[in-house]
Amino acid sequence: MTAQINTTATIDPDEVSKFSAIAEEWWDPFGKFKPLHKFNPVRLAYIRDAVCTHFKRDPHSKKPFEGLRLLDVGCGGGLVAEPMRRLGADVTAIDASERNIKTALAHSMTMKLDIDYRATTVESIAAAGSPPFDIVLNLEVVEHVADIDLFLKTSADLVRPGGIMTLASINRTLKAFILAKVGAEYVLGWLPRGAHDPRKFVKPEEARLILKGSGLNITAVAGVSYNPLIDVWRISEDTQVNYMLTAVKAQK
Amino acid sequence: MNTQIQFDIVIVGGGLAGGLAALALAKNGFECAVVDAQDPQTMRGAAFDGRTTALAYAAGRLFKRLGLWDAIEPKAEPIRDILVTDGQARDRFRGGAVSPFHLHFDSRELGPDTPLGWIIENLTLREAIFEAIDNNANVSLFAPARRSGARFGAGFAEVDLEGGETLSAPLIIAADGRFSALRAEVGIKVNKWTYPQTGIVVTVAHEKPHHGVAQEFFLPPGPFAILPLTDNRSSLVWSENKTAAPAFLALEDEAFIHQIEARFGPYLGKISLASPRWSYPLAFHLAQSYIAPRMALIGDAAHAVHPIAGQGFNLGVKDIAALADVLTEARGLGLDIGHMSVLENYQRWRRFDSTSLALGMDLLNRLFSNDITPLRIARDAGMSVVGKIPPLRRMFMRQAGADFGKLPSLMQAEA
Repeated sequence: MTAQINTTATIDPDEVSKFSAIAEEWWDPFGKFKPLHKFNPVRLAYIRDAVCTHFKRDPHSKKPFEGLRLLDVGCGGGLVAEPMRRLGADVTAIDASERNIKTALAHSMTMKLDIDYRATTVESIAAAGSPPFDIVLNLEVVEHVADIDLFLKTSADLVRPGGIMTLASINRTLKAFILAKVGAEYVLGWLPRGAHDPRKFVKPEEARLILKGSGLNITAVAGVSYNPLIDVWRISEDTQVNYMLTAVKAQK
Repeated sequence: MNTQIQFDIVIVGGGLAGGLAALALAKNGFECAVVDAQDPQTMRGAAFDGRTTALAYAAGRLFKRLGLWDAIEPKAEPIRDILVTDGQARDRFRGGAVSPFHLHFDSRELGPDTPLGWIIENLTLREAIFEAIDNNANVSLFAPARRSGARFGAGFAEVDLEGGETLSAPLIIAADGRFSALRAEVGIKVNKWTYPQTGIVVTVAHEKPHHGVAQEFFLPPGPFAILPLTDNRSSLVWSENKTAAPAFLALEDEAFIHQIEARFGPYLGKISLASPRWSYPLAFHLAQSYIAPRMALIGDAAHAVHPIAGQGFNLGVKDIAALADVLTEARGLGLDIGHMSVLENYQRWRRFDSTSLALGMDLLNRLFSNDITPLRIARDAGMSVVGKIPPLRRMFMRQAGADFGKLPSLMQAEA
């Protein structure tokens, strides 16, 4: 893979209104990203608690992530990057899609949040010699990448010694196939059909092996389960479908 | 000159609900602005509001947690018992025999030294709230300040003041009362109707002690409540037929007292008027939504219920405590507190609760404010059933104490 030139995303004033309109879609809690808005708080709580535990921060303080450098990989419209910035982190957020980055940037400008959005990939960031981060977030990304080994190794290299990575993905199980593929795409219509290729779902054990090879040890794995009766997502012990994990790189 | 000032939350309305909301949110670390068109000195004056408030015991916990209770307690009369009677007092006192058609709620059944609530003059509550706002670094009071506009943008909402300041925040709370202008401006409709009743409110002093007993008589024109106040005084809340009310309000003091005595009998001894008479039309309204992008309604802006069980203010307290929980949790996750995905949690929590309570109060009023024999038999049978079954009785007491449903953390009992 060749290194591209990384430039912080800029946005042409003519494009602001166009991307603001797309941002409105991303941020409409009743629109097509509604399932993501429902799902988001439980992910954020997991990240907050994992980061506060690891870096010994008070989760009740106003800006518990103050001074921590965070990389959000596959940031989409910025649904995680913005909360991370509000919690005090210095956020770099990347997405391979130029359109997503411009959308996220347009939204962060209306929210007056200072986030370094870049249309790029972890490989390019690493190749450009970026200093490593305290926190790297890989949320719902690994099940979409072409080469999971390369992707995770590169991401792991971007975690500084003593830093952490939080990863969220979908397990490769029959239950996940039924719920996350058939259920979410065909029955509930939460995701467009074909959004996921169930062969690319990742078992936590596979992630563990790759990360271990890059010096990251998984310290916690949790399930993220949906209760359809009360329409609520919560952390559970069932990692058969959606799961999140925390991996720590040893201090040098 | 235009100055833009940034807050976490701007609260429009500096009444009891707006002031309390500011203090509750400030306690959780939110920087709040409170805007009111009236002068705080006027609002703190005795002539501003002569009404009293029934504060339910679970709602009282919020005042304690906000550090307001020490200033209020000496002027708050605890409700030890509630006596509900279907019919006039003389029915109950006739020949010394007690009518079977009454209900007795005894606070001691819920625990020692836990009153069912307190009756407090609004003036006392208002004074404690304003005093606390003056001493709270997280609350900025803009009053008297007229609002010249409000804008609800993609990232922030802004309130313009006639003085030239623009207050900007991710969330505006509408605490501007039953005729909420903000509610109308964002296009939230209300379901409403008026009752053919006028509420007459007056404070009386009396010869004999009330022993902390709140009395409610269901008379054909509407409920008549005698609520215990400090210093051998009681607050009367008299729902009267709206066509008859003006005549009562116009009576000379002596004749007015005579009308009062005729309704609740001699048990308090000789009475005299201790305040001017206040009156207001009784009405029901519920906002069809409690939220809009970057806005949440609380208190009377969201709902007004029949005063039949003194629950109106307590619903507002619950709104405030629930909103404080929802916003604090959202901020802890780094979420945008004015975003609908956050505000939906507040609406889901409060709207069903308020609606069911409002409709319940409406039903009670309709059931009791008449002299229709079959209804009288049905309601009296109902009362005697409730009165004879202790768990049912306790359930009603917890309802009266606002201690039901999912309680927000500011209203939960001490661990």
